[in-house]
Amino acid sequence: MSREATLRVYRGDRNGGEMIDYRVPVSPGMVVLDAIRSIQFHQSPDIGVRWNCKAGKCGSCGAEVNGRPRLMCMDRMDRYSPGEPIVVRPMKSFPIVKDLVNDVSWNFQVNKKIPAFKMRSDMERRFSQEEADRVQEFRKCIECFLCQNVCHVLRDHDLKPAFGGPRFLVRVAGLEMHPLDGEDRTELLRKDLGIGYCNITKCCTEVCPESIHITDNAIIPLKERLVDRFYDPLALLWRKVTGKR
Amino acid sequence: MSRYETQEHDVVIVGAGGAGLRAAIEASSRGARTALVCKSLLGKAHTVMAEGGVAAALANVDTRDSWKVHFRDTMKGGKFLNQWRMAQLHAQQAIERVQELEEWGAVFDRTKDGRVLQRNFGGHTYPRLAHVGDRTGLEMIRTLQDRGVHQGIDVFMECTIRWILKDQERVAGCLGFWRESGRFVVFRSKAVVLATGGIGRCFEITSNSWEYKGDGHALALWAGADLVDMEFVQFHPTGMVWPPSVRGTLITEGVRGEGGVLLNNQGKRFMFENIPDLFKGEYAETEEEAKQWVVDVATGRRPEARRPPELLTRDVVARAIRREVREGRGSPHGGVFLDISSQRRPDEIKKKLPSMYHQFRELADVDITKSPMEVGPTCHYTMGGVRVDPETQQATVPGLFAAGEAAGGMHGANRLGGNSLSDLLVFGKLAGEFAAALALEMTGLPELNGNEVDSAARELLDPFDRPEGENPYEVHEDMRKMMQKFVGIVRTGEELEAALEELKIIRARAARVKVGGNIQFNPGWHLALDLKNMIDVSEAIARAALTRQESRGAHTREDYPESDPEKWAKVNVIVHKKGDEMGLRLEPLPEMPSDLKQLLAPKS
Repeated sequence: MSREATLRVYRGDRNGGEMIDYRVPVSPGMVVLDAIRSIQFHQSPDIGVRWNCKAGKCGSCGAEVNGRPRLMCMDRMDRYSPGEPIVVRPMKSFPIVKDLVNDVSWNFQVNKKIPAFKMRSDMERRFSQEEADRVQEFRKCIECFLCQNVCHVLRDHDLKPAFGGPRFLVRVAGLEMHPLDGEDRTELLRKDLGIGYCNITKCCTEVCPESIHITDNAIIPLKERLVDRFYDPLALLWRKVTGKR
Repeated sequence: MSRYETQEHDVVIVGAGGAGLRAAIEASSRGARTALVCKSLLGKAHTVMAEGGVAAALANVDTRDSWKVHFRDTMKGGKFLNQWRMAQLHAQQAIERVQELEEWGAVFDRTKDGRVLQRNFGGHTYPRLAHVGDRTGLEMIRTLQDRGVHQGIDVFMECTIRWILKDQERVAGCLGFWRESGRFVVFRSKAVVLATGGIGRCFEITSNSWEYKGDGHALALWAGADLVDMEFVQFHPTGMVWPPSVRGTLITEGVRGEGGVLLNNQGKRFMFENIPDLFKGEYAETEEEAKQWVVDVATGRRPEARRPPELLTRDVVARAIRREVREGRGSPHGGVFLDISSQRRPDEIKKKLPSMYHQFRELADVDITKSPMEVGPTCHYTMGGVRVDPETQQATVPGLFAAGEAAGGMHGANRLGGNSLSDLLVFGKLAGEFAAALALEMTGLPELNGNEVDSAARELLDPFDRPEGENPYEVHEDMRKMMQKFVGIVRTGEELEAALEELKIIRARAARVKVGGNIQFNPGWHLALDLKNMIDVSEAIARAALTRQESRGAHTREDYPESDPEKWAKVNVIVHKKGDEMGLRLEPLPEMPSDLKQLLAPKS
């Protein structure tokens, strides 16, 4: 069963770098992260990589493997054809710190803009599992930022100041659809998070390791909410007459 | 001194898992300028991997539950070695702490009438664990994180703390370095809270991530604080055993809580033969009775049947599995079988255990709705930790606090599943509260000792100065294997002596490791430094284990197979360090008030 694979790994920092080939012995069930750690152990102790849980639960080890954004801890080596190098690069949409480590600090800045959950004072706390299901889907997010990485608004157009990205639209959806939440984040969605930039190409949904239906279940309903709020002529008239938002 | 970047705060919290985040929220809400320092990115701490649930006697599912029953279960699970006051505060305050999470936006699974659902777990008399499928830790950490970021806490990510700085006898701050740049940073503060989690990386097979290297345990030891109960290391009964890539990865106890059964290679449910006297009469004695319990749980009825013996405490189940394997009744890869597919419908399994389903399908090619899992014990948790005052969480060094897994006492000789997440919340909150109170009473910051800062900083660069030397990863692997072999689930005096000898050799090797590359984001260098804490922690564990000449909870001595009610039931083993010397002493357990003693009396 002992065979070897070649990993072609980006080594470098903000100022540039190169792809370096490493030969790594392959064992049954091995994942790409195991291969990177094997390099760290036997060949290059200083190779930079983030990981924590090694079970797809923490979202630390996102990278681009053969061009596809993936969690390295869930990416089985046996899915790649033997004989061809497995190319591992850091995520493209964020600055590189070193090797496979990206600077993802921008995401934490966006998160800070989102007003926290605020429990409605008039509510009894009870709600059904069906209501919980709807938001629990969004709360599964492990913040691997792979959706941010593939979103073309961020990846190709680098509209980071204007657009919050799918991760944070999911987060807002989880708050806005929370049965006990009393905060209103529609203005934030339109302005700070720039939801209008998303033209629902579903790239984010495709890469989500948690299989969250980001586009269908989070972004589209939020867009509809916005339309109802800001552009529905009847609602506009109603607000004018009653003075209510 | 001026050479170092310096930050000033009232309270510095080291570690941003559940305990650290909860402490930070509390400290900052009480007006203390609060820094939260973590080795990983925010939200990636080990809490995120907690699966099964958070224990609190909400009594939503079974109204017979109360803090008193929770207290009794906790003490019984800990084989009565627990710091009783911590166990009491924990059982009482966990209820509020979980409700508070809901007020902060956590979305737990619901009962049919819309309240927080609770599930069964090992050692808990009633369904007590509030949960979100099998990703409760993620829900908790995200809730705390999102609450915390709006509180004005200064968060410092990817920063490793390496030394507690002192002004005479009290804490004056800590020294660390940025993982990204390798540059040093001094945090001046009036209080430091250690919320650094556990020590699992000292062992070969572990469910713990790279972060779990006993940082807080070692920082406290070096600062002159006491550690308590270090001999008690919990091996979770159900880690993955195959393929090698995932050996040790956790399988939640929730699988058994939802009805999963343990089988040997003859298809026999061996746990029926493994009910210790302490728990006789409380667990089902036939498969029919156990099956009835599962049916009741699955249909949401209050079970009258007794619970299956698979839900005995972790120490008991781990030892039973080890015996099956040793005696030749194990699974092909050296574990036993855990089967939920014969007990629950596929849709139920996917709903209640989604990440287990996913994990096995992706990483082991096993569909758990159809086939059993192969499982074996994995080093999961340390009951031992920094000895703290139960009311305030302050260590024996003024200004130093500890909470969560880094603190000791609460769980005694063995922790119940679900009591860790509640521990984080209850004692994280108390540590934050009392660290802030202490800080706010002081006027200025304590003085730093420039020489202390310089010498601590200089030591960190040593590994770069060696032209030749061993690879730190090799030294670490050898240490982990040795600890697994000699200080694992079952121990003997001879093996523990051997471990201490081996540690001397490993210590000498660690002092000579060499790291390549530069100082920026260099995991080889980080590991070279971490070896020092892991060796000290390993020595503390081995020494304490050698000292305790009995078997109790997670500490099993083959040469002393019985519990000793006369001597060892009444003392804790305390480890401390002065200079290079590690010392041990025994301290009597604090006297428990009679009303609590009555709660522990066997049921008539």
